[in-house]
Amino acid sequence: MSILSNTLPHHPEVQPFWSALEEGRFLIKGCRSCGRAHWYPRAHCPFCTSADTEWREASGRGTIYSYSIMRQAKPPYAIAYVTLEEGPTMMTNIVDSDLEAIRIGKPVEIAIRRQPDGDVLPMFKLA
Amino acid sequence: MSINGQAYIVGAYEHPTRKAPDKSLAQLHAEVAFGALADAGLSKDDIDGYFCGGDAPGTGPLSLVEYMNLKVRHADSTNVGGSSYILHVNHAAQAIAAGKCNIALITLAGRPRSESQQKGAPQRVDNPVQPDFPWEQPFGMTTLNAYAMCAMRHMHQFGTTPEQLAWVKVAASHHAQHNPNAMLRDVVTVEDVANSPVIADPLRRLDCCVISDGGGAVIVTRPEIARSLKRPLVKVRGAAEAIKHLAGGDVDLTYSGGARSGALAFEEAKLTPADIKYVSVYDSFTITVIIQLEDLGFCKKGEGGRFVADGNLISGVGKLPFNTDGGGLCNNHPNHRGGMTKIIEAVRQLRGEAHPAVQVANCDLAMAHGTGGLLGTRHGSASLILERE
Repeated sequence: MSILSNTLPHHPEVQPFWSALEEGRFLIKGCRSCGRAHWYPRAHCPFCTSADTEWREASGRGTIYSYSIMRQAKPPYAIAYVTLEEGPTMMTNIVDSDLEAIRIGKPVEIAIRRQPDGDVLPMFKLA
Repeated sequence: MSINGQAYIVGAYEHPTRKAPDKSLAQLHAEVAFGALADAGLSKDDIDGYFCGGDAPGTGPLSLVEYMNLKVRHADSTNVGGSSYILHVNHAAQAIAAGKCNIALITLAGRPRSESQQKGAPQRVDNPVQPDFPWEQPFGMTTLNAYAMCAMRHMHQFGTTPEQLAWVKVAASHHAQHNPNAMLRDVVTVEDVANSPVIADPLRRLDCCVISDGGGAVIVTRPEIARSLKRPLVKVRGAAEAIKHLAGGDVDLTYSGGARSGALAFEEAKLTPADIKYVSVYDSFTITVIIQLEDLGFCKKGEGGRFVADGNLISGVGKLPFNTDGGGLCNNHPNHRGGMTKIIEAVRQLRGEAHPAVQVANCDLAMAHGTGGLLGTRHGSASLILERE
């Protein structure tokens, strides 16, 4: 599904996220100064600008904020925004699930999946 | 400083082509530029300001200024996607008010049909190091499913129905039947939309805009020059812009940057939505129209579906005639950028030069509003309020 094979730009700013994902761990960034977690991960907190941000192990649980099934694609796939238990909402795919059962508000859990092109991505499945 | 009354749109031209395999991109820009000059009764050498968006080939404005052999002292290539040109009118009015230029040319052109861009193809990546890239593109995000997620959320949160979405297309088709240049001239029904194939839930094929080659241009100038020309006077009453995004994960897909840009533009114009006789509103998809009409204050948030139903956007039928050229949904969406044609049809309405079947009676105040980028991620909204003087 990745449109550019093996070309995800993993800058030093976010390399820890991808390294952890390779090990099966799902990290998000949080701010030690204001306390809030954010998405996507940044060196500086997008809420209070503090550079005192840290990687935190996320629960991997969330709920579907919105979604759409790309019916044109072969096979069809589901894109979604998932609101994490920790607060932020992130774009992802819903995989390993009955696409017709996906609904806004349903609980989901992390499903780290390696793509054919080699990229490992933080996807979710219906809980 | 307010730009209210500081600038006028004196030239407007929409290229009649919808497929241009034998024209270069620069040529299309020049053709719309010279078309707008002819409309205004001005010549090339009168232009001293040039504005273009991301569709301009080369580095910002440089190549096109050379290609058209212009001599400009002010240029602006702010690119916020399809709404850029509405934003450019705002910037041109500011530059004119500040004395930085007298006659500003704004152009848009593109040839995605001739370049065979696949429908639903992944969003073109402007810059592979853009920071959001690895968090979106690998998930198969396209323009289609990004907007579809906005529609899905709006339906969930406010009870908006597929039939209400369909009414936006139905209204556009009623207008497009009178436009000989429109790509889709057949009047469609709510049932036609409902029976078209699902592209990305909940959006169906007829919820989507057309893909077209072509373009358009407008010319903005100061009041004294506008009054010296022979065209009807179309005054800039108010203009504003706003950028909305995913806000560090604080995501709300139910509104656009238009909530801010619209309010600011009305404040500058000293008007309210109730004053507006005609609105050009960006219509990349049917949901785009519903969310923006709410944001601009034509109805309350969440009531857009009910507002657009039953022909309320059809000229001569409903309370708020919109996109009387057929809009991006039926007429033209050159280079996937619908902002320019929004301005042009608003100018036609204010001049009384829209097709007689869709011309709004006594159209003295109009609005053109656009969203560039993606409603479902980050976008630039631009609002423009115009008055026939």
